[in-house]
Amino acid sequence: MTTVLNVPPSLDDKTFETVLEQLAPVPQDAKVLLDARHTRWASPYGLTALLTLAQTRAERPALYVPESDDTSSYWSRTGFFRFAEEAFELHGAVPRARPSTESEVLLEITPVAKSEDVHDVVGRIQQKSQAILVKELNIDAKATMGFAMTLSEACQNIVEHAGRGGWVAVQTYRWQKRLGRRVVVIAVCDAGVGFRESLETAQGRSRGDRWDDGMALEEAVIRGVSRFRDPGRGQGLAGVRRYIGRWDGKLSVRSGTARIAIVPSWDDDVPLEEKLPYFPGAQMQITIPERIADR
Amino acid sequence: MINHIDLSSVLRRTVCDLYTDLVTRPTGAAVRDGIEKQLAELGDHTLTVIDFSYVGLLDYSCADEIVAKLLMRSAAAVADDLPLREAYFLFRGISESHLDAIETVLDRHGLAIVAQSTEGSTMLVGTVGDRERRAWEAMCRLGRSVPADLARETGIEVEQVGEVLDTLCRRRLVMRLEEGYMVVGGMA
Repeated sequence: MTTVLNVPPSLDDKTFETVLEQLAPVPQDAKVLLDARHTRWASPYGLTALLTLAQTRAERPALYVPESDDTSSYWSRTGFFRFAEEAFELHGAVPRARPSTESEVLLEITPVAKSEDVHDVVGRIQQKSQAILVKELNIDAKATMGFAMTLSEACQNIVEHAGRGGWVAVQTYRWQKRLGRRVVVIAVCDAGVGFRESLETAQGRSRGDRWDDGMALEEAVIRGVSRFRDPGRGQGLAGVRRYIGRWDGKLSVRSGTARIAIVPSWDDDVPLEEKLPYFPGAQMQITIPERIADR
Repeated sequence: MINHIDLSSVLRRTVCDLYTDLVTRPTGAAVRDGIEKQLAELGDHTLTVIDFSYVGLLDYSCADEIVAKLLMRSAAAVADDLPLREAYFLFRGISESHLDAIETVLDRHGLAIVAQSTEGSTMLVGTVGDRERRAWEAMCRLGRSVPADLARETGIEVEQVGEVLDTLCRRRLVMRLEEGYMVVGGMA
């Protein structure tokens, strides 16, 4: 029997949780069909998380692609279908693949599994990000190197800790409802071991009474703890935190059953959300808003 | 003798001839290994310019592998009486974005380096005590110095100057010469 999971009309980090809630009672080896026919919009997180979800299933899931030509065409330009063709049984009209020429797709959906992939991602992002960040988001030219560093460290989290490949995508768009400004968003998703299991492999690690996904996220994201004993480890996420702090950005990381966020003043998210439906690996989103000139 | 190591050349030689960015830990470890092999051929008592001029991006992982680990392994080699035991480093061509990553990793490990600007002036980067910094900056002004010069210039008690100089020498920020002391980069 196939279980149908409805993909919401607007698919982002928050609404993806409704997909996971539907998925939670479904046995891991059961067939699922993701129905995205009525989906009109998806963030980079939404698209990379869909691919990640497919990786977690024992049986290849099915996906009904969006009925709206605009939407499916946009998904195509993000590179989604290039990987979805393998990850899902696709149903509906899949637009022909075309390379993205639009400025809003800063980095098409790109697989990340090894160090070379990070070099590729960083190399591709630098030229394009310079123009977008400075001209469209009014971010200081100096920030573009920091942006590439942030992307590099976020991707390395997959290479160093996930134990399997994941996905990265970077886009800009106008976040009208929440912010009324343009934002640039990095999404990095994997279905690997996740933060808790990664930290559990640390030698000589003593666990207190409370040890769960939320605490593992606090240790890694807030305190810079790593599974490696090398004191130089754990600086990547600390660097990401510093960068988003400097540019009034937002960082959220979901792993297992918890989600932690560094929340800027323009957002009303909660710092830590627990008891979410279980989802393997780690899913990270970094949002940098357009800068408004000081009045 | 002053040696010169262009990091972008080491990157192309040891990892991939298409890369210009120093990103990821494996890349950093491979580049450091390349540097150490070059240094091993030079023997003891070396001053090496590590040149970042043609490096694009440097991330925290690479900064940790290349800069921090190079310093720590060099210090460990001194303790274990292994090669590299008199290795001094001068870091050149560091951009503002490189500096961000380098300062972060140096602070994390409590390390410091001497960096040289394109104009030739030198500066300390990283974690250095107040007395040591004052003495180091005084030596930059004075050139080759003896403890009495430094005591006069900095106001540090003569008895304490020796201790400060020992610390700076141990951290490879100052070189002990036959007559006096000189900051690393003072003649590079």
